[in-house]
Amino acid sequence: MIELQHLNKSFDGRQVLFDLSAKFEKGKCSFVIGASGSGKSVLMKTMVGLVEPDSGSLSFDGRDFLKLGYQEKKEVRQEIGMLFQGAALFDSLSVEENVAFPLRMFTNWTKEQILERVNFCLKRVKLENVNALYPSNISGGMKKRVGIARAIALNPKYLFCDEPNSGLDPVTSRVIDELITEITQEYQITTIINSHDIKSVFDMSDHILFIYQGKGWWSGHKEDIRKTGSKELLDFIKASEF
Amino acid sequence: MKYLSQFGHYILFLKKSIGKPEKFNIFWELFVRDLYKMGNDSFGIVSIISIFIGAVAVIQIGYQLVGSLVPMYVLGRIVRDSNILEFSPTITALVMAGKIGGNIASEIGTMKVSEQIDALEIMGVNASRYVVLPKLVASLIAIPALVIYSMFLSNLGGIISVSLSGIVTVDGYLTGLRMDFDGFSITYALTKAVTFAFLITTISASHGYRTEGGALEVGWASTRAVVQSCIAIIFFDFILTQIMLYK
Repeated sequence: MIELQHLNKSFDGRQVLFDLSAKFEKGKCSFVIGASGSGKSVLMKTMVGLVEPDSGSLSFDGRDFLKLGYQEKKEVRQEIGMLFQGAALFDSLSVEENVAFPLRMFTNWTKEQILERVNFCLKRVKLENVNALYPSNISGGMKKRVGIARAIALNPKYLFCDEPNSGLDPVTSRVIDELITEITQEYQITTIINSHDIKSVFDMSDHILFIYQGKGWWSGHKEDIRKTGSKELLDFIKASEF
Repeated sequence: MKYLSQFGHYILFLKKSIGKPEKFNIFWELFVRDLYKMGNDSFGIVSIISIFIGAVAVIQIGYQLVGSLVPMYVLGRIVRDSNILEFSPTITALVMAGKIGGNIASEIGTMKVSEQIDALEIMGVNASRYVVLPKLVASLIAIPALVIYSMFLSNLGGIISVSLSGIVTVDGYLTGLRMDFDGFSITYALTKAVTFAFLITTISASHGYRTEGGALEVGWASTRAVVQSCIAIIFFDFILTQIMLYK
């Protein structure tokens, strides 16, 4: 479980996150939704440790991340998998080397063990016989799948996905959504997804956090979303559906 | 104030980037790749520039010696010392600032804007050390090696120039070339080469690492890296010359 309490963050005097608190449960897909500039990306960057909040706390299964030392933070980071909007695969490495990277970096496995795990992860995301290809030679959807394979290589406890469907056609989007849902349930991962794709939100979400102007405006289950009296949330949903 | 802040960023960046590699086998692979890229791919340009520098130095210095009371065979000595002390280390470094420096800044800048650096950080990898250290160690070997290579070729260029222009006989030129050789000039040249290699790599990497935005910013980072590396080379050339030759 990931828990945020009273997070505040500002850049050059401009406050981006206001007293934001939320809980994200294990084995569930939690969506963070909101308009562009609402603070979703800053929140995700804060949760993965790329941005330090001004105040508040952030805990991973009871471990207060902001109070941990360098080595302990590094250990928590190795439990985090992240799927980036543009996949962020290493250009100079092949698909196989990209997926093998965290295994080579953080385990003492043999080459055979690493190759076996790489092939398992690639098969899990329905990619085979692509090991030797480079990121520049594969499609956007394949890049996302390789990104997921790399993210799950070390059996993460926490999976962060930043706009997993952006730039993908509807069919590939659904494939990526299904993969994320399956992996979350199969490995009991705490999954947090930043998304604008309302169809994905209604199809996949177990929990939703709506951010408006840097504040945690509404949180709850997808069935409750239409019953909410929040005009801002309903406006966002309506605008996204068209 | 802006330059002071940039310098502060540079020092913090160095502190973060220099240290023991996290995984030696991964460091070694990157180091070998970078060494090959920096060294092997630069032989051509260094060869052409060095031969022509030596050849032009012979003609220009010879032109100034004609009609003077200085014996013409001294031409070999003057050209040798000019090549070893100044032309080979400094001009090779300036060329490398453009070639290697621009490449490092754009490679790291592209990794930054495409979130590859963020991916490394999130995994728990010290991203700056992972990307910079192999390049730094490779450049500390490749650039001095290229400078030594340039010293030979620039003197060879001088011999070719003498034989074609007839300013002085080849035998006379070779007599001057072998005259009063002081091994310290090599120490001085290599000290400069190592310093320049450090400056080129770290300045370029820090510009790449601070890139924010997109392709346009990567281009700007690359340009700034080359310009600031060249200025640092010229500045440290002056400082090292003052310290080492007039102690």
